[in-house]
Amino acid sequence: MTSTARSVDEGIDAPYALSHLDALESEAVHIFREVAGEFERPVILFSGGKDSMLMLHLALKAFAPAPVPFSLLHVDTGHNFPEVLEFRDRTVERYGLRLHVASVQEYIDAGTLRERPDGTRNPLQIVPLTERIQSERFDAVFGGGRRDEEKARAKERVFSLRDEFSQWDPRRQRPELWQLYNGRHAPGEHVRVFPLSNWTELDVWQYIARERIDLPEIYFAHEREVFNRKGMWLTAGGWGGPKDGESVEKRSVRYRTVGDMSCTGAVDSDAATLDAVIAEIATARLTERGATRADDKLSEAAMEDRKREGYF
Amino acid sequence: MTTATEQFAEQLSATTLLRFATAGSVDDGKSTLVGRLLHDSKSVLTDQLEAVEHASRTRGKDAPDLALLTDGLRAEREQGITIDVAYRYFATGRRRFILADTPGHVQYTRNMVTGASTAELAVVLVDARNGVVEQTRRHAAVAALLRVPHVVLAVNKMDLVDYAEPVFASIATEFIAYAESLGVPEVTAIPISALVGDNVVEPSAHMDWYGGPTVLEHLETVPVSHDLADCPARLPVQYVIRPQSAEHPDYRGYAGQIASGVLRVGDAVTVLPSGRTSTVEAIDALGQGVSVAWAPQSVTVRLSDDIDVSRGDLIAPTASAPDVTRDVEATVCHVADRPLTVGQRVLLKHTTRTVKAIVKDIPSRLTLADLSQHPEPGELVANDIGRVVVRTAEPLALDAYADSRRTGSFLLIDPADGTTLTAGMAGTAFAENAQHAAEAAAGAPDDEGWDF
Repeated sequence: MTSTARSVDEGIDAPYALSHLDALESEAVHIFREVAGEFERPVILFSGGKDSMLMLHLALKAFAPAPVPFSLLHVDTGHNFPEVLEFRDRTVERYGLRLHVASVQEYIDAGTLRERPDGTRNPLQIVPLTERIQSERFDAVFGGGRRDEEKARAKERVFSLRDEFSQWDPRRQRPELWQLYNGRHAPGEHVRVFPLSNWTELDVWQYIARERIDLPEIYFAHEREVFNRKGMWLTAGGWGGPKDGESVEKRSVRYRTVGDMSCTGAVDSDAATLDAVIAEIATARLTERGATRADDKLSEAAMEDRKREGYF
Repeated sequence: MTTATEQFAEQLSATTLLRFATAGSVDDGKSTLVGRLLHDSKSVLTDQLEAVEHASRTRGKDAPDLALLTDGLRAEREQGITIDVAYRYFATGRRRFILADTPGHVQYTRNMVTGASTAELAVVLVDARNGVVEQTRRHAAVAALLRVPHVVLAVNKMDLVDYAEPVFASIATEFIAYAESLGVPEVTAIPISALVGDNVVEPSAHMDWYGGPTVLEHLETVPVSHDLADCPARLPVQYVIRPQSAEHPDYRGYAGQIASGVLRVGDAVTVLPSGRTSTVEAIDALGQGVSVAWAPQSVTVRLSDDIDVSRGDLIAPTASAPDVTRDVEATVCHVADRPLTVGQRVLLKHTTRTVKAIVKDIPSRLTLADLSQHPEPGELVANDIGRVVVRTAEPLALDAYADSRRTGSFLLIDPADGTTLTAGMAGTAFAENAQHAAEAAAGAPDDEGWDF
């Protein structure tokens, strides 16, 4: 937690201007505090990835010097990167937080969920997530989704009402005016809250650099054994790759997003530091999800369909 | 040693943020303008463009349809219409932009009011061949009603009127006069061709007679912080921070986002609605003690006296504290599909305070195109603009919306299921002479079958 609220030395807006990072930070903190003031049992979706680390950092700032008044929830697909899981647990311990883990593997082992033919477990997260929200009676669930990620997300509200099945109905969204967030919901319903709605990938990285937020090392360039599937570099591992005909090679790569190993691709990169990552993103010609998420390539409305069914 | 990368990063992090909204229908070329801003500022990445090109081909179009960049929902793409407000993000070396792109047809008023509510600037598009039409007057009225500080009139399709200066000048003169009569403080008129790219990002080679900025240049240089020193400070309390830890046994901080003005350590303040007074002892700006903070910073304020303060209270300078009232008169935009009726019991959400309220009267409904009043409509339905009188169960520290967008605005909510019914703006809607000017301007009706 270093400096904040530096004024911008730009003639037209001096002296009372905020840098865009300060403006986004202030907006996100406002959202966290609104939820703390209006909900009974909020929880932060927390994977240990960069967006959830950013959310946690903002929540820590919002309530300092008091502790964060929320617990954390992770849906573990069973195919998460082990480095990231370790990082997740270290972070939870460091800040003395409570972490709930909903496990896709347990559902598969119990026969409640069935593995998909394509091997991706992303869509399988919906049921464990929803059932944990119901059983813990979480009424506000913070997600790290950003509107710049995907065009269905660009249409979702900051406070997004979900029914008891976690479903999103884009045609029944409440208009969201000024900074007045309406979080009223019926028993059994909950509200998904997206404090990073207005951030872009570049904003996230710039802010991480400014605030020196710790991240799992796989976000930075490193040598890794990968194989190519449909144009994406996937990590070899017990989740089911490589298959016959797919050959493993060693490359310098990094991850732009961190999710299920079966559908999260690495990108070729030599960016080993935060500054190098920022420079790389500023000149990138592919979006974060386009470069790294196989599940979004399924159809034009893949994300919308998953959200309607209760996805993040 | 500073590397080139670090300099680049520093330059990027020093930019300010501008929120703006676009208004206009597909026919005016709004999607083309938005697409061009995104495309020419290199904010559309290869995979997005490939997806648009693929989708355009599937729909039998030769050129990429840039509207498909913003139409995010299946129903929108299938019907070829924009249903909902879409937020778009792009950046230049000078500024970061958040664009609220509002649809031209479906639920038009509701969506534009939503987009304009957080906008510092609104771009109103007109077709150079048609000039100022009824729809243009509606757009100007929404921008004026929502008190958007800066308005850009983009006179589009100049290529179709031979880039003729008199065409532009006559449209600009008419619009500026109308907007000013509504109380819009600043209008910048720019002749463009979104299709060809004239004056959107690059200056036009076809309009030597125009010496002003391109649309993007204007967006990059318009001031985003305005007269903060002249607005009284307002801090709605969101949350009381009390660690009660060994390290901080007596810490008691009032957390909130400064809604307007500038707050300083040492300011004499009044807490509303209780009326208790104290002095600002310290301001914590997210981990850093500061002596001064301003809107829209999120801060935690400590007071020198141990007085009762909780969520929903407003901290304001004693010298310029707002009046406290239970009777609210406001202009509203009705946003729900079910109507608002006289006698209805509602919840009123104002800053961080939500109170019970009852709709005492709906004195008039307003036609946006000519601002004519229709007295005692009995109810307001979706997309209606009207005047309402509300009585609240508890006192509110309410500013006039004209003085403070943040502390003069409120929502009416259905207590039964939480539906957002109505967006309210306290006080007088437009400048005094607005209705007269609007009626004069609307002399020649050009009804396009749009009914509000």
